[in-house]
Amino acid sequence: MGEMEQMKKEAEALKTQIEAARKAAHDTDMASAASGVAPAPRVQLKTRRTLKGHLAKIYAMHWCTDNRLMVSASQDGKLLIWDSHTGNKVNAVPLKSSWVMTCAYAPSGNLVASGGLDNMCTVYNLKTPVIKTVKELDAHTGYLSCARFLSDTEVLTASGDTTCALWDLETGKQKTVFLNHVGDCMCLSLSPDMNSFVSGACDSLAKLWDIRDGQCKQTFLGHTSDINAISFYPGGNAIITGSDDCTCKMYDLRADQELITYQDAALNSGVTSLALSMSGRLIFAGYDDFNCNIWDSLKGEKVGVLSGHDNRVSCTGVPPDGMCVCTGSWDSFLKIWN
Amino acid sequence: MVSKMSSKMVGSNNLAHARRMVQQLRVEASIERIKVSKASADLMRYCGENAKYDPLLMGIPASENPFKDKKPCTIL
Repeated sequence: MGEMEQMKKEAEALKTQIEAARKAAHDTDMASAASGVAPAPRVQLKTRRTLKGHLAKIYAMHWCTDNRLMVSASQDGKLLIWDSHTGNKVNAVPLKSSWVMTCAYAPSGNLVASGGLDNMCTVYNLKTPVIKTVKELDAHTGYLSCARFLSDTEVLTASGDTTCALWDLETGKQKTVFLNHVGDCMCLSLSPDMNSFVSGACDSLAKLWDIRDGQCKQTFLGHTSDINAISFYPGGNAIITGSDDCTCKMYDLRADQELITYQDAALNSGVTSLALSMSGRLIFAGYDDFNCNIWDSLKGEKVGVLSGHDNRVSCTGVPPDGMCVCTGSWDSFLKIWN
Repeated sequence: MVSKMSSKMVGSNNLAHARRMVQQLRVEASIERIKVSKASADLMRYCGENAKYDPLLMGIPASENPFKDKKPCTIL
């Protein structure tokens, strides 16, 4: 038997082994396990702020760790920094390329980053007298779909070139490249302990990576289309994904499988974005149908909806203190709800 | 990226790819898995313990809500 045939056989055997091991661990499902849990209260949130300022579709937003400032990115070619309490714009960063798809706030509050169809991640210093470009991280061969700061010296990116990368901001070079997806990487989420991250891609898979050794540790199957959104559950043992297949899913890392699917026969729009409340109990998922649906993460039931945008909800975010949820839309507005 | 490759190179690329895929599957097959019952119980406990700190779940009193506009008072 040629080596190619041998490899194929071993691959099939390993896949069967993994499936069997997952089945053996599947002694119940989350919905049954949570049947005794009191339902989450019906969640009715009000729009507290409508942030007007962008002139075109908003593609991304990210909260600062101070729970007050946030950055948003629009294809009007700007990043805007907002004070969410007053609703005022604090800063505007003009972008070299208006085809932006992601933005991020560094935990320190000193830096923001953006990127998109220019295939680059550009990092800006907000604290210099005039906002300065600190670095242009240029090595991806596809669009930048997501960026996240680990610190003022390290950034993680996800790209349409099917890779994710860890960058050193001092040298501007990639320290580690994460190779395993076979479709465009669309989103990433850092683990609470910062030792790993998960990515979602157009190959309909979510993958868990070790940041330091660059290895893909686990692959999560189940979605039937692009995964556009992903987030770690607060405790760090589970992840939530959102997909063009119109569902969200929860996967547990230690059971290595899907625990629950959040879906509704009436929902036939893709999920674009998601964010979790502080305890993880509530999932805020933005959809192509202009709404943000609120799911009870344990029981799998829809418990509310945020309606108010006049176009697709493209991004959602809950600040670290959990005091509100922000939605951003192709209608060019951001709304703050609680 | 378009490049001309001899069929021999394509063959060895496919083999390298297959070897990487098998290696990856070996890593993923080797992990220890816990039962879904335990995973679920741990998640439910986490939610339960943290529910009281979750403002969006518990509701936020107006006086503590930085996003609630304070209504102006009129002195009659």
